[in-house]
Amino acid sequence: MWAFGVPGTRPLRIGIGGPVGSGKTALVAALCRLLATEFSTVVVTNDIFTTEDAEALRRMAVLPDDRIVPVETGACPHTAIRDDISANLDAVEQLEALHAPVDLTIIESGGDNLTAIFSRALVDKQIFVIDVAGGDKVPRKGGPGVTTADLLVINKTDLASLVRADLGVMDRDAKARRGELPICFTSLVEPAGAVEVAAWVRAQIARWRADGR
Amino acid sequence: MTNAALLLLADSRFPTGAHAHSNGVEAAHARGDLLSLADLSDFIDGRLATVGTTEAAFAAAACMPGAVWVDLDRELAARTPSPRLRAVSRTLGRQLLRAAERAWPSLPARELRSLHREGPMQSVALGATAAAAGLTPADAALCSLHHLVGAVTTSAVRLLGLDPFDVQAIAANRTPVLERLAAEAVARALGPADALPANNSLLADILAEHHATWEVRLFAS
Repeated sequence: MWAFGVPGTRPLRIGIGGPVGSGKTALVAALCRLLATEFSTVVVTNDIFTTEDAEALRRMAVLPDDRIVPVETGACPHTAIRDDISANLDAVEQLEALHAPVDLTIIESGGDNLTAIFSRALVDKQIFVIDVAGGDKVPRKGGPGVTTADLLVINKTDLASLVRADLGVMDRDAKARRGELPICFTSLVEPAGAVEVAAWVRAQIARWRADGR
Repeated sequence: MTNAALLLLADSRFPTGAHAHSNGVEAAHARGDLLSLADLSDFIDGRLATVGTTEAAFAAAACMPGAVWVDLDRELAARTPSPRLRAVSRTLGRQLLRAAERAWPSLPARELRSLHREGPMQSVALGATAAAAGLTPADAALCSLHHLVGAVTTSAVRLLGLDPFDVQAIAANRTPVLERLAAEAVARALGPADALPANNSLLADILAEHHATWEVRLFAS
């Protein structure tokens, strides 16, 4: 239906992945609050056991209920975003058709491990979310999410002193793994926690519209 | 006859979204009906004898030259009493078309999508795909039965923590049964659509409806 990669022909699809509890749903909620008035936005969530994330987003009322759809992924959240994207693609296309024209489609992966990565056939850009409380060694451990995601978000900076995590070490290791790719430190419990990430998303939408990549 | 295409279509890595479905295993397990390797063995036989023979016959029929897919789709839907399972079948049929039309461009995917607004029933899509892949009705039936056994065994390993080698031994033990059921399915598929098998399991249908209402579940069905 949509011509892949042709500027302006379909919404920009952004995948948000990362380990369980790192703040993916909080980031989706914050991005919707910051961007949904500017851009027609829809969200597909992937939960492993429940429709908890979709319900949480609906409760927070960051978007009208019918713009948020949960996809059940069986026992394999990474399969549904990487090896077998059919259920997600099905949901994305239905949602984009129902609310056309859509500017931004966010696909939130079920919480997974460091090997998770989105297929380029499902998303155009991807954000990988890790958190400070998971330990400051995580960036050094690498994996495709940490290494190649278009944006790495390191969340829960407010907890750094409590878990004795060194943000400087995380920044240094993440840069070593990622080269020029951007990194964003966030504390999503703060009201303005996602402003920087939202600015990045805005820039991606502008670029997508201009040259389709 | 193209064995390589059959292996491709039968492979659980062929991306159709089926990995998210347990084919009733999760519901049966929670009810206490499926707790051991012996239970799994019985469960497989039960699924094969009921929904297995029905779906295999429809897959075979949909693979035959001149198959009237709209009739088959309607007849199979009528043999699937659970609204939830009809929706699951159409979702999986729709998702199979996505992968299959890319793999075998001669597949009349548009016509198949037009059978129903939610997509074709899975077995109809499978039979049509098998035909486009150059496979026979017997291949389509065998593939349908193999997918059923695969969904049941994989989800049982994940949910029950059973020994995966024992589980595959059960599946291997059933291969002659699958061959026989596939041949029977082809014989039945030669008749009119309304005379195709209508074996199903009422308990599985009822449990599927309950399962869809659970707050916490690992599989979509």
